[in-house]
Amino acid sequence: MKTTVRENLTGRVLLVLLMAVTLLPFVSLFVTALHPSGTYPSGLSWPADPQWGNFLDAFRAAGMGTLLYSSVLIVLGVVPASLLFGTMAGFAFGHLRMPGHRAGFLVFVLGLTLPFEGIITPLYYQVRDMGLLNTRWAIILPLIGLFMPFSVLWMRAHFVTMPSDLSEAARVDGAGAWQLFRRVHVPLAMPALSSLAILLFLWTWNQFLLAIVLVDDPAKRTMAGALGAFQGQWGTDIPLLCAGALLILVPTLTVFLVFQRRFVAALLQGSIKG
Amino acid sequence: MSAPVTERRADRARRSRAIWLGWLFAAPAVIMYATFVLRPLLLTVQYSLYDWNGIGASTWVGLDNYRRLLTDEDLSASILHAFELIIFFSGVPVILGLFVAATIRDIAQSRLAVVARTVLFLPQVIPLVAAGIMWSWLLSTTGTANELLSAVGLGDLTRAWLGDFGTALPAVGVIGAWVLVGLCTLLLLAGMSKIDPSLYEAARLDGAGPVREFLSITLPSLRQEIGVCVTVTVIAALASFDIVYIATQGGPGNATMVPGLEIYYLAFSEREVGMASALAVALIVLVLACVLPIQRLTRDGSR
Repeated sequence: MKTTVRENLTGRVLLVLLMAVTLLPFVSLFVTALHPSGTYPSGLSWPADPQWGNFLDAFRAAGMGTLLYSSVLIVLGVVPASLLFGTMAGFAFGHLRMPGHRAGFLVFVLGLTLPFEGIITPLYYQVRDMGLLNTRWAIILPLIGLFMPFSVLWMRAHFVTMPSDLSEAARVDGAGAWQLFRRVHVPLAMPALSSLAILLFLWTWNQFLLAIVLVDDPAKRTMAGALGAFQGQWGTDIPLLCAGALLILVPTLTVFLVFQRRFVAALLQGSIKG
Repeated sequence: MSAPVTERRADRARRSRAIWLGWLFAAPAVIMYATFVLRPLLLTVQYSLYDWNGIGASTWVGLDNYRRLLTDEDLSASILHAFELIIFFSGVPVILGLFVAATIRDIAQSRLAVVARTVLFLPQVIPLVAAGIMWSWLLSTTGTANELLSAVGLGDLTRAWLGDFGTALPAVGVIGAWVLVGLCTLLLLAGMSKIDPSLYEAARLDGAGPVREFLSITLPSLRQEIGVCVTVTVIAALASFDIVYIATQGGPGNATMVPGLEIYYLAFSEREVGMASALAVALIVLVLACVLPIQRLTRDGSR
C-alpha cells in the first residue's frame, strides 16, 4: 500500500494530540498533588517547592494499607468463584448441551445489558435481610451474581469451539464428567480464562455503586468506593485529594502495565463479546 | 426382540443422566444469578407498584409511580439528560474514533502506535471515580481547562464548567467522551486491520480519494465494530453513575441529574423506594430498547 508522507504525518500528529489529551488529566493530577497541602493551585503550574510528602500524608489519611487489603480480599472473593461458576456453566451450555440449554443460556444473555442501578434497591434490602450489610460479603456475593451473564457467555463462546470428539475419547476411557472437565477442558480453556480473570479483576476493583450503597465503612470497600469516601472527607484539600487519587490508581496501573498486552486484548475482545 | 428395548431404556437413562449432569454443572452459576440478579429484578418490578418508605407498611398504588415518572418534570428531565449524554458518550467517541483510526491506519504498526495503544487505554483501566476527580479539578475555576483558554486569549469563556447550569451536563459528557474515545479508536482500528488491503489498492487505482475510500470501503466493513462501540457507549451513557456522583452530584440544581443517580437518591436518601424502582424499571427497559435495535442493525446472523 502506498502512503504519502503527508498522510503519515497527519496521522502521527493526530495520534500524539489524542495521547496528549488522554494524559492531560493525569499530569494535572500529578502536578497538583505536589502543591502545598491546603492551597488552591492554579492549572498546570509546577510548584516552587514540590511537596513529595503529600503522598505519604495521603497514604496515612486514607489508610491505604487497609484499603489495599480490603480490595484484595474482595477480589479474591469474587474472581476465582466467578471464574469457576462461569466456566462450569459455560461448559454445560456450550459443550454438554443438555436439553433446555438454549433457554437457560438465553436467560443469562438477558442479564448482559442490565445496569446495576436497576436492581440496587431490592439488592440493598435483600443483603440487609441476609445480615450481610456492611461486610465484604455484601459486595462479593452480589458481584458474583452480576458477573455471571458475562462470564457464562464468555466461557460458552470458548467451549462451543471445542471439538466434541475431545469428550468422546475421554468418555471411552471411563473418565467421569468432572475429571473430564478438570483435566481436559479447563487446561485447554486457559487463554479464555486468563482474559476473563483480567476483566473481572478490573471490574471488581473499580466497582463503585455496590460499595457505596452496601458498605458504610470505607475500610471494607473496594478501592474505588474508598476513593469516593476519601473525596467526601478531603474534598476541600485539593493537593491531598489529588495525591490520594493518584495513590489509589497505582495498583491498577501497575497491573495494567505489567500485563499490558493481555489487558488490551482482553478488553477489546470483552467489549466485542459483551 | 429385547435388545432394542434395553437399548432404548439405556438410551433414556443416559439422556436423563445427561440432563442432570448438565444442569449440575450450570447450577452454581444459576443459583448465584437467580439469587442476586433475577430475584432483585423481579422485586424491582414489584416495588415499583407500591408506595413504600423502606421501613413501614407499603401501599399498593398500581401504575401511579410510572405516571409520576412521565409527569414529574425533575424525573423526566433525568431521562432526557441521559439521552443528551449519549451525544457525548457515543457520538463523540465513535465519530472521533473513526476519524482517528482511519488516519492512523497506515501507521498502525509503528512504534508510536504501539505506545498509543497503551496510553489510550489508561482511561479504561482506572476507576471512573478517579476520572471524575481528575476532571472536576481540571474543569474547576482555577483548573487547567480555564488556564489553557486564557493562554489562547479566550479568557472571557472561563467559568466553573461543572458548576454552570449551561455547561455542567456537556462538561460531564466530556469526561465520558474522554473515558470512551480510546476504547472506540482501538476497537475500530482492530476492525480496520481485518479489511483486505487489496480493496484499498483497487480503490486507489480507480482514482478514489481518501474520503471516497473511507465511505465505500472502511465504513461498510466496520459495521460490526461500530455496532459494538455504539452499544457499549450507549449503555455507559444511559446507566452513568460514578462520574456524575463524583463530579456534580446531579447539580447545579438538577442540571446533571441522571436516572442512575436519581434512583440512588430516591431509594437511599428520600426513602421513596417505589418511585426509585419505577425509575429503575424504566431505565432497564430504556437500555434494552436502545441496545436491541443497534444489535439487530449491525450484527450479521452469525450469532
